[in-house]
Amino acid sequence: MNKPQVYPIAMRLVHWLMAALILSLLFVGLSMVSSLGPWQYTLLQWHKIAGVVALFAVLLRVALRLSSRTPALPNAIPKWQQAIAKLTHLAFYALLLLMPLSGYLMQNAAGRPLSVFGVSLPSIIATDLAWYGAFRELHAWLSIALILLIILHISAALYHGLIRRDGVLRSMIKH
Amino acid sequence: MRYGALLAIIAAIIAAFVYAASDKRQPVSAQDFVNLQQGDVIQQGFRRAHANGFCVSGEFIASGALAEYSSATVFQTGRHPFIGRFSVAGNNPTAPDVKAPVRSLALTLLPDSAAQWRTAMNTPPVLPVGTPEKFYQQLQAIKNNTIAEFFAAHPESAAFLQWRASYQPTQSYATEQYHSINAFYLINNAGQQQAVRWAAVPSAASETLSSDSQHDSQQEPAVTDSLQQELFTRLAQGPVTFDLVFTLATANDNASDATVLWPATNPQRIAGQLVITAANEQKGHQCDALNFDPLVLPAGIQPSEDPILRARAAAYAESHRRRAREVLLESLTGNNSAKGAGDE
Repeated sequence: MNKPQVYPIAMRLVHWLMAALILSLLFVGLSMVSSLGPWQYTLLQWHKIAGVVALFAVLLRVALRLSSRTPALPNAIPKWQQAIAKLTHLAFYALLLLMPLSGYLMQNAAGRPLSVFGVSLPSIIATDLAWYGAFRELHAWLSIALILLIILHISAALYHGLIRRDGVLRSMIKH
Repeated sequence: MRYGALLAIIAAIIAAFVYAASDKRQPVSAQDFVNLQQGDVIQQGFRRAHANGFCVSGEFIASGALAEYSSATVFQTGRHPFIGRFSVAGNNPTAPDVKAPVRSLALTLLPDSAAQWRTAMNTPPVLPVGTPEKFYQQLQAIKNNTIAEFFAAHPESAAFLQWRASYQPTQSYATEQYHSINAFYLINNAGQQQAVRWAAVPSAASETLSSDSQHDSQQEPAVTDSLQQELFTRLAQGPVTFDLVFTLATANDNASDATVLWPATNPQRIAGQLVITAANEQKGHQCDALNFDPLVLPAGIQPSEDPILRARAAAYAESHRRRAREVLLESLTGNNSAKGAGDE
C-alpha cells in the first residue's frame, strides 16, 4: 500500500490548531499559579474552558489518526530513531488526554463547580483533600513531562527540516 | 549555521518556559505570600493562615430581597444548604483561639450546585492597605516588629486603625460581625450591576471578652479551642444565626479600594438568615477539603477590580495545594502526624 508523502489536510489543521491551544494552556497555566495580578482570575477561567476544548480536540485527533493514512518516516532513518518517534507520538496522545482529565478531576476533588459555555459539567469524584492533592500534583508533573516532550518534538522536527532536509517536517506543513 | 539556528530556536523555547514558570517575574508571588504566612515551622496539612478552626453547616434562608439585584440562585427566596468554617488568624493550629486578633466565618453555599458561592469573611470591615505588594510588606512588618512604622508610612490604614481601636472581641464566634471586606458586583437578569459589600451580623447578644481570657491569667491559661468549645456548647442549645446584610455602593464609593469604609448611610438589604445547626472538628469533615476562595462565584455575582481580591484567590490556591500535598503524602505513607487541615 502506498503511503502518502504528507499528512492529510484535516490532521495538519488539527495539529497546528492544537499546538497553538496547548502552548497557550501551558504558558497560562505556568503563569497563573504564581501571579497575584488582576488578570489571574480571567486567565484561570479561560484555562478551564480551553482545557475542556483541548480534551475534545484530542479525541478528534485520535479518531483522525486512526482513520487516516499517514506518511512513513524515510527508510534512511535508523530503526531506533523510528521507534523513538513512535513512542513520543504515543506519549503525546497519553499526556494530551491525561492533562485535561487530571485538571477536571482536581476541580471535582476541590469541590469546585465547572461550567463551559454556560453548560454545567458533572462532578465525577467526591470532594476530598488527599485526592485533590493527588490530581493537583499529577497535573503539575504531567505538564512538565508534556513541556519536555514538546521540546524534544520541536528539536526533532527542526533537525529533520533544517539539518537532514528529508521531508519529515514538510509532511506536517505542506499546503 | 543551520545547527546554530536549531539550537537558538530550542534555547528560546526553553527560556520562554522557564520564564513563565518562574515566580520571580513579579515583585510578590503567591508562593512568596504563603512562604511568609506559613512561618518558620510548617504545620503539615494545615491551612497556612487561619489554621485554627472547625467546620459548621446549616441553611441559608434567603429572603428574596436581593433577587432584584442578582440572578444568583442563592438569593432567590428559599432554603439553601451551606458548609462553613469558623477560624482565627494565624498559622498555628494549636495557638489559643481566643487571643487571635481576627476571627473569620467562611461559607460555601449550595456546595453541590453549579450555582455554588464561596465567601471568606473576617471581623475587620476594611484592610489597612489596598494592594497585594503593600499587604505583603505589612506581613513583613508584623514579622519584623515594625508594624507601627508601617502604619505611619501608610495613611490609607486610618479606617482600619480606627476599627481596631474601637473593636472589642466578644466571648463567642456567634456574637461577632464578619465582613466581606472586598466589594463585588451583583448582576441582575437585566444585566444591571450594583457594587456591594456584605456582612454576617449576629442575632445573639454579645458579651465582651473579659481582659482575663484575652491575656494569660495565672488561674486559667488560654487553651487552643475555648472559642470552639463555646460554640459547640451554644449549638447544643439551638441554632446559631446571622443576618446576611448587604450594603449597596453609591456613586461616591470605590469598589476597588478595600481600605475605605463606605458611609453608614448607604442603603442596606438583608439577603436572608444564616442558620448554623451543626459543628464538627475540621479533621475528617467537609470544610477541611475546601479552599474558601472568594472568587468561586455563581452567575449573578462578579468580582470587583479590587487587586487584593485576585491576590487572595491566588494565595489561597497555593496554600490549598501545599496542605493537600501533605495530606496526600501522609495518606500514602500512613503517617498520621498531622491532625488535618486547617485561611483559605
